[in-house]
Amino acid sequence: MNARVVLDPTGERSPAVRQRVERPASLEGRTVGLLDISKARGDKFLDRLSQLREERGLRVARFRKPTFAKVAPVDLKHEISTTCDVVIEALAD
Amino acid sequence: MTETIVAVVKRDCPTCALIEPVLADLVDRGVVSVVHRENDDAGLEASWHLRIETVPALVRGDQRIVGWSRSQWEEFTGVAGLGEGLPDYRPGCGSRTVEPGLADELAVRFNGSSLRSRRVPLAELEDEAEALFDRGWTDGLPVVAPTEARVLRMLGGTSRGADEVVAVVPPDLVECTVEKVAVNAVMAGCRPEYLPVVLAAVEAACTERFNIHGLLATTYFSGPVVIVNGPIARAIGMNSGVNALGQGNRANATIGRALQLVIRNVGGGRPGGVDRATLGNPGKYTFCFAEDEEGSPWEPLSVERGLDPGVSAVTLFAGEGPRGVVDQASRTPESLARSFAGTLRTVANPKLPLAFDAFVVVSPEHARVFREGGWSKARLREELLTLLTIDGSELVRGAGGCDEGIPEALGGASWPKFRPDGLWFVHAGGTAGMFSAIIGGWINGETGSQAVTMEVGS
Repeated sequence: MNARVVLDPTGERSPAVRQRVERPASLEGRTVGLLDISKARGDKFLDRLSQLREERGLRVARFRKPTFAKVAPVDLKHEISTTCDVVIEALAD
Repeated sequence: MTETIVAVVKRDCPTCALIEPVLADLVDRGVVSVVHRENDDAGLEASWHLRIETVPALVRGDQRIVGWSRSQWEEFTGVAGLGEGLPDYRPGCGSRTVEPGLADELAVRFNGSSLRSRRVPLAELEDEAEALFDRGWTDGLPVVAPTEARVLRMLGGTSRGADEVVAVVPPDLVECTVEKVAVNAVMAGCRPEYLPVVLAAVEAACTERFNIHGLLATTYFSGPVVIVNGPIARAIGMNSGVNALGQGNRANATIGRALQLVIRNVGGGRPGGVDRATLGNPGKYTFCFAEDEEGSPWEPLSVERGLDPGVSAVTLFAGEGPRGVVDQASRTPESLARSFAGTLRTVANPKLPLAFDAFVVVSPEHARVFREGGWSKARLREELLTLLTIDGSELVRGAGGCDEGIPEALGGASWPKFRPDGLWFVHAGGTAGMFSAIIGGWINGETGSQAVTMEVGS
């Protein structure tokens, strides 16, 4: 028995898997978040990405997780979700 | 004997071990066709389906015996001289199928496939409570996760089939099964024995007469108010006394909540979506209570509304939040009725007659005044309708310096505040306090919502 399976309480008219937000057709006028998860040299990669975005005239916001070993703090997730339209995450070293 | 006998045993039961030679003998004779052993999966499943609670058990059709009693076994099998050298009697042991912990797991394993609802796996990193919020399934308060085991346990509260359709739930007009009601009842925090009341409430809400779709969509304050009558109220521990309209009683709180979760989840009726209430009211989380029938000077609400005494019932009313009537001085029904009338006139607006019904929750201390004065419910209603027949000149637009009111052309006549069948009384509350409550309604009659009383099934 898997206690982590629940029964859908709804009329089941929409998919059970939550849908991803649609990819924007263009980054024009949008804010791009760059998330450094604190892996080694992730900042170098994001610095370069930041430079490229800014050359295209896009707004860039930088974020950093305190540690790659834990999920992002709620406040950080909230800040990213309320200030950015898209996010690029530097995942690995 | 037309049917053969099956036996059920388990390994760690001394009585089962004791009677092994007897079973072997009966199998040899062809009297017992099969011995199910709860130590293997197949035996456990067979035992679960046979609903065995005690082993050893002998089962033939609907008949069964448990434990070891030589005389009983001889009679049941029709074989004399069983178990030579064994004691005459030994009690049995509990079946593995009813072991705490295992019972729920077996229900899911052997009966879970009977559930039709979509399975939604939660991700490993999701907090269970947060996950249910995130999916939009709650009313703003946390809900209990509707696992298969919990839903199966909930379904044990009714004799109705899980796939039976209870109602077509607006606004999405979705056929709602007993199972879907059970899922939402689990989430609301109900115990299985509340389920029949929830089922009746859902059915009543979704009638044309009650019109839950319009009630949901309205900008008005109101939501479904559930009043429970009959023996089930006491059987499931509902509150009809101190703080009857308030918090703190599980049945009151969760039955009303389950109804609202069904409307939200199954019907798709959500605030800001089809629910367009300007302000709403806190009772839209849950508004459910029982009538105190024993202490009442009057017949129960359900009886007045046509059901037999002793029949459990729900009455649904499209109500807003309760407003208090304070009268600590009246000792005659004539005087107290005037206090009721004064507050009843304020339902919706003191200048609007006939459009809104009302329920009056009469507390024990106020009910005492009517009892001692010899007033029946019918008398009280009649007196209130008379007291609340208002001269049109007071009600017309502009009268009293207020633009709200009835059209000028209707000002020449007198108008009753309530329809003759628009004023109802129910007895509830603590024994101290000369306070009653008025629950104002929504648009009444065929164009709005009419109260519905429905028997609670099993």
